[in-house]
Amino acid sequence: MDTMTPKTAKSLQNHPTAGWLMMAPAIILLTLFLIGPFLLAFGFSFTNQRLISPNPTQIVGLRNFEQMLGVGVLTLEPERDNSGAVVRDDEGRPEYPRVRTFTRNNPDYPHLEGMREWFGWSWGDNQVVVLARDLVFMKALTNTLMFVAVVAPVQAGLALLLALMINQKLRGINIFRTVYFMPVVVSIVVVSLLWRFIYDGRNGLLNNLLSFISFGQFRPVDWLGEPSTALWAILAMSVWQGVGFHMVIWLSGLQTIPVALYEAADIEGATPWQKFRFVTWPGLRNTAVLILVVITMQAFSLFAQVDVMTQGGPLDSTQSLVFQAVQRGYEQQNIAGGSAISVLLFLLVLAISITQRYLTRERN
Amino acid sequence: MAGLEFKGVHKSYGKVDVIKGVDLSIAHGEFVVFVGPSGCGKSTLLRMVAGLEDITAGELTIGERVVNQVQPRDRGVAMVFQSYALYPHMSVYDNVGFGLRLKKTPKDIRDQKIREAARILQMEHLLDRKPAQLSGGQRQRVAIGRAIVRQPEVFLFDEPLSNLDAALRMDMRMEISKLHQELGATMIYVTHDQVEAMTLADKIVVLNAGVVQQVGSPLELYHHPENLFVAGFIGSPKMNFLKVTAEKTDAGLTIAGADLEETTIAASGSQVSTGDRITLGLRPHDFIESADGRLRGVVELVERLGNETIVNVRLAGGTQVIAALDGDSHLEVGHEARFGFAPEKLHLFDADGQTIAR
Ligand SMILES: Nc1ncnc2c1ncn2[C@@H]1O[C@H](COP(=O)(O)OP(=O)(O)O)[C@@H](O)[C@H]1O
Ligand SMILES: [Mg+2]
Repeated sequence: MDTMTPKTAKSLQNHPTAGWLMMAPAIILLTLFLIGPFLLAFGFSFTNQRLISPNPTQIVGLRNFEQMLGVGVLTLEPERDNSGAVVRDDEGRPEYPRVRTFTRNNPDYPHLEGMREWFGWSWGDNQVVVLARDLVFMKALTNTLMFVAVVAPVQAGLALLLALMINQKLRGINIFRTVYFMPVVVSIVVVSLLWRFIYDGRNGLLNNLLSFISFGQFRPVDWLGEPSTALWAILAMSVWQGVGFHMVIWLSGLQTIPVALYEAADIEGATPWQKFRFVTWPGLRNTAVLILVVITMQAFSLFAQVDVMTQGGPLDSTQSLVFQAVQRGYEQQNIAGGSAISVLLFLLVLAISITQRYLTRERN
Repeated sequence: MAGLEFKGVHKSYGKVDVIKGVDLSIAHGEFVVFVGPSGCGKSTLLRMVAGLEDITAGELTIGERVVNQVQPRDRGVAMVFQSYALYPHMSVYDNVGFGLRLKKTPKDIRDQKIREAARILQMEHLLDRKPAQLSGGQRQRVAIGRAIVRQPEVFLFDEPLSNLDAALRMDMRMEISKLHQELGATMIYVTHDQVEAMTLADKIVVLNAGVVQQVGSPLELYHHPENLFVAGFIGSPKMNFLKVTAEKTDAGLTIAGADLEETTIAASGSQVSTGDRITLGLRPHDFIESADGRLRGVVELVERLGNETIVNVRLAGGTQVIAALDGDSHLEVGHEARFGFAPEKLHLFDADGQTIAR
């Protein structure tokens, strides 16, 4: 019925530029704030660009990446005396030459120039030392990887558990849904500020609580001030804050599974575990892929918590890649270095996402 | 051996009564069809048998056992769902063998049973496929196969054919009927389609608004409906109803109304008194074209099907009726016509809709 459609609407829809016009706002914004910066960062990462500098920018090739990723291995042999016997200290341990003798102005080891000791282990009488050119970056990298490796399964698992629990027709179940979702709508900055009080070393809620339930046996810990606990404290808070969001995604996945499948399983005699194993879990497959990828990406972008709570400390124990990128780019005015970290992060997340998609692909 | 016994079975959701007291016995091996309009509680009743819905009040016995508190899996029932309820990620083979696998049946026995079911349902070539790769009819076969392998005492079907097209529906109807003969198990089948009910059932249970209207064999229900609802529900095209007034005479009962000229029929009339308004029911196939018939009207629509002619007639009183006449009837739209009937074919219903005994 041609006469039913207003003529104006029709001609507008048919106009060749109409589509482009409608997409324009989105395209402009995306270009300005996403695609542009991305390409810029990519370009900067091969230069020595600084935030403000009187000197002209130069192309430096891969030097930024070499600087960040440079690692070396050094095998130290124990010092020997003239007879060839190993020199031992008072406690009987062999003595080794100092690492800095290899990394400072040693013409025999030019590739180790400027590196610092990262970690090491004993190998028979020898000592193996792994060196890195940029220790802070390495710390940020390992912290971030650790953060992702723990947050992804824990947050996904916890969210699934919550989703299973609240996916029931009970009176008042919506109250629980709301409560679990609430942290999600609060800004992570606000959450981080609040949790600083919880983690406070003297009068923090957590210390008080632990001391209360252990009848005063528990000795207060400065959760954010100890290198051994700071990252875990941030991790726990991050899981708590994000779990509600992923719970809702799981929930939507759960609700796409037809009730009749569970009823059929009931009649066939499936136990609750078997119903989960054979009906729920296979039905959640696509949701699981989505959640895993989303959590991984979110976890890789760990920044606000660190920025508000610890600034990367103590002793670099909470450094993260994004935090380092921002630090270098703006605090140290080294835009090129920050960009290089961003590019590396991009490649890392891309690689992991592709791997996850591959591992969780539909197999036939 | 498993018959079923319903004793005063009730179901309510909160304050809403859905099943309002069902008493019913089903013998072992019987094919029983619950039929009724949409929303009358057929599925609810069936799901109570399966154990998927609690029984609010009353008692349900399967075999010798009261099963009100028995888990679905321990009731010895298998159910075929309208939506098929196949597990989408499992092959047909695994779908059919799912229950056996849960019961930890040894692999070789399981394999044998799955293949036997596949043979019965002629779907051996489908065993490796996933449900998404099957047509509706094939999916329904798999769902039935899954029920068969468990060798249940009672099969439950909830509108299993309503998602299939007409031709396939007829094939599957015959297959289910054949299956019943082969397996000899008790089957309870839910449908809103009275044709399905008539063709499949040993015994039909007509439900309306949560109340059993009548229980009987298809022909019993057709020839001796106990009330207006059953009379109108069973049979196609539907029975015609006319409002008339009764008068008791020596010869029996004289009835007349705006649509019907005075007719005397032999009936004891013990339940009727002169002046009662009663409803007269006459099936379309009981109309006879006849010059001295007591029904007069104008033909409004003619459908020639070859073997018979279906005509819509507006009677003198304004009531529209459907008559199924001979295939070579010469009636045309606009013709005035008269119809008669054999008096014994009439159904009479009192003001409450109950059948008046003749
Ligand atoms: N879970 C439920 N809660 C409330 N009412 C329900 C529920 N399930 C079914 N009903 C009501 O019970 C009545 C019977 O439903 P059902 O047995 O599915 O009818 P049908 O005869 O079409 O299979 C319907 O009016 C329906 O609205
Ligand atoms: Mg139903």
